[in-house]
Amino acid sequence: MHGNRFRHNILTALLLAPATAWLVVFLVLPFVAIAVFSVGERAPEGGYQAAFTLAQYANLPARATAFWNTMVLAPVGALACLLVAYPVAYYLALKAPPRWRLILLALVVIPFWTSLLMRTYAWMYILGGRGIPALLAFVGIEDVRLINTPGAVLLGIVYGYLPLMILPIYVSLERLDRRLLEASADLGAKPLSTFLGVTLKLSLPGVMTGFSLVMILLLGEYLIPTLLGGGKVFFIGNALVDLFLQSRNWPFGSAIAITLVLVSVVVLVVANRISNRVAGARRVDLI
Amino acid sequence: MSKSYRDGLPISPENFVDQLMRLKRGSIGRRDFLGLTGLGIATAVMAREIGIMPTPAYAAENLGDRMSIATWPNYHDPQTFENFKKDTGVAVEVNVFGSNEEMLAKLQAGASGWSLFVPTNYTISTYKKLGIIEPLEMAKLPNFDGTQEDPRFTSEGTIDGTIYAVPKNWGTTGFAVNTKKLAKPMTSWKEFWDTAMAEGDGRTMVHDYQLTTIGNALKYYGYSFNSLKQDELAKAEELLLKVKPHLFAVSSDYQPGMRAGDAWMTMCWTNDGAQLHRDVPEIAYVLGKEGGEIWTDFYAIPKDAPNKPAGYALLNYLMNPQVAVKEHLANGAPSTDARVNKLLPKEVLDNPILYPAADLLTPLEFGAAATLTDPGRAELMARFKSA
Repeated sequence: MHGNRFRHNILTALLLAPATAWLVVFLVLPFVAIAVFSVGERAPEGGYQAAFTLAQYANLPARATAFWNTMVLAPVGALACLLVAYPVAYYLALKAPPRWRLILLALVVIPFWTSLLMRTYAWMYILGGRGIPALLAFVGIEDVRLINTPGAVLLGIVYGYLPLMILPIYVSLERLDRRLLEASADLGAKPLSTFLGVTLKLSLPGVMTGFSLVMILLLGEYLIPTLLGGGKVFFIGNALVDLFLQSRNWPFGSAIAITLVLVSVVVLVVANRISNRVAGARRVDLI
Repeated sequence: MSKSYRDGLPISPENFVDQLMRLKRGSIGRRDFLGLTGLGIATAVMAREIGIMPTPAYAAENLGDRMSIATWPNYHDPQTFENFKKDTGVAVEVNVFGSNEEMLAKLQAGASGWSLFVPTNYTISTYKKLGIIEPLEMAKLPNFDGTQEDPRFTSEGTIDGTIYAVPKNWGTTGFAVNTKKLAKPMTSWKEFWDTAMAEGDGRTMVHDYQLTTIGNALKYYGYSFNSLKQDELAKAEELLLKVKPHLFAVSSDYQPGMRAGDAWMTMCWTNDGAQLHRDVPEIAYVLGKEGGEIWTDFYAIPKDAPNKPAGYALLNYLMNPQVAVKEHLANGAPSTDARVNKLLPKEVLDNPILYPAADLLTPLEFGAAATLTDPGRAELMARFKSA
C-alpha cells in the first residue's frame, strides 16, 4: 500500500517533469531575468547595466500614450471580433447541417496554417492602391484610401483573431441542451427572449474565454497596427520593440514588459470573476 | 545587346508572387524587417551540404567546410557564395538582419557564430569600444588595396590608424517623390516637410528610424543631422509633431506604398531609390540640398569568430574587384573602390541616384555613434510616434 503510493508519486513527478522543466526554463527564468533587468540601468552603449533602482518604473508615464492606446485597442478589437464571431459560431453550432459542420469548422481553422505575418501582408496588397481602391476606380469611385486607416487596423484584427473567438463560443453553444430551447418556447418565450435568456446566457463562458483570449493577445499586438495602420498609432507592443531593438534600453523595456504582464493578469482575473458571476455555478476555465 | 545592370537585380516588379518571394527574402527594408516581424533572425541557408575539395590556392590554411555571415537582405549576389564554395569548399550560411542594433545585440550576447558581418559606419567605434571586433590582419587580405579607396568612405573603418573594417559600399539617404502626383520640382528637406503638410497630405512617409527621421527634420532648420543640442532637437520635435497628423505612415518599409501609388513621397535610401526609379520611372530620388546622411557599410570580423580563416578567405574573395563588381550589379549600391568603379557599366556610373553630383555630396554627414545611441533622441522618437 505504502510502496504503491510512493510509486504513484514518482510516476506523477516523472509525468509532470517535462512540462515543469519547460515552464521553468522558458517562462520562469526569462521572467526573472526581465524582472532583474527592470531594476537596472541602461549601459552607455545600450543594453543592460547592473543596478538597483526603480527609475525605470518611475519613467513609465513616458509611455502613457502607448498604454492608453493599447487599453483602448484591446477591448475594442476583442468586441469587434466578438460581434463577427458570434453569429458564425451560432450558425455552426445550431443551424449548419451536421455533415457540413466539420468542413465549415475546418475552413475556420485553415487560415491558421499560414503565418499571421503573411496573411497581414496579403491584406496590405488587398487594401493598398492596387487592390480594392483600383477596383473602385474601375467603377468610377476615385481616390479611395483604405490602407493605413483605423478601419484597416480593425479589419486586420478581426480577421486575424476571428478563429480564436469562434472556437470557444462554438464549443459552448454546441454543448447547449436543445431541450432548454424547446422548454423556453413551450413556456411562451418569443425567439428573441429565448436567445437572450437561454442561448446567450449559457454560451457566456465561451464568450468570456474567447474575449479574454483575444484581448490578452491584443495587449501585445504590434504587427497589424504597424502593417495596416502605417505605424502611426503607438501601442505597447511597438514601444517594446523600439526599446529592445532600436534604442536598446533593456531596463526600461523590461519595466514596461513587467507592467504589461501584471495588467494582463488583472484582466484575466477580472474576466474570470465576471464570467463566474454571470454563469452562476458553472466553472469557467480561461485558456 | 549589352547586359543591363538590371539583369542582376533580384526584384522584378508588378508580380505578386515576386512580392511574396521578396518578403521571404526579407527585403522589406533591411533596418525594419525584424522590427516588423519580431521573428528573431531570419536565417537563409545558402548552402548546407559539404563542398567540393578545397583548391590548392586555399589549401595552405585549413578553412573548414562552413562559415556564417551576418548581412542585410538583398545585399549580395547569391552566386558569389556559390562560387566561393566551388573555389574553397566552404559553404556560406547567410544570416539576414533588420537593424544594426539587432546585430550589435546578438554579438554582445556572444557566440553569434559569425565569421564575417556587415556593420554600418556609425557602429564600428562602438564595436571596438565593447571589444567585439579586433584589428584586421591585412596580410590576409591581399585583394584589398587601400590606395584605391576613397578615404571619405573608408575612414570610419580605421580607428587610431588601425584598420578594423573595410568598406563594402556606400550610399545616401534622400527622399523619393512620385513626380506624377507631386509635379513641383523639389530639391530640399524644407520642401519635403512643407509638401508633406500641403500637397502631400496623407501621402508622405518617414522612416521608423530616429537617426534619419530626426536628422532630416533637423535639416529643415539647417542644423546638423547629428545634433544633440537641446534647443535644436526641440525645434525638430516641434516640426515632427506638426507633420505627424499629415503622414501616410511612419515606416521604413516604403517600397510597397510607393509602388502601389498610396504614398507619393518618402524618405529613402539609395538602393531603394534606384530600385523604385528603375521599376516606376516617375519616382525620382532627391538629395536635400541642405545635406543629410551619407553612409558606408563595412565588413568586419568578430573577435569570437568560430572560423576566422574562412572569414578572412571570404573577405579577401569579396575584395577582388572582379567579384565585387558582380555584387554591386546585384544590389545596386555604389562602390568605394576605384578598381570596381572602372569595371562598372557606364549607365550605372552615370546614374545620378547611385553616383550623385559632387556638390550634392559635400554637405552630407555620416551618422555618428553618439547620435544613434543617444537616449534623448530615442525618447523624442517615441513621443513623435505616440503623438
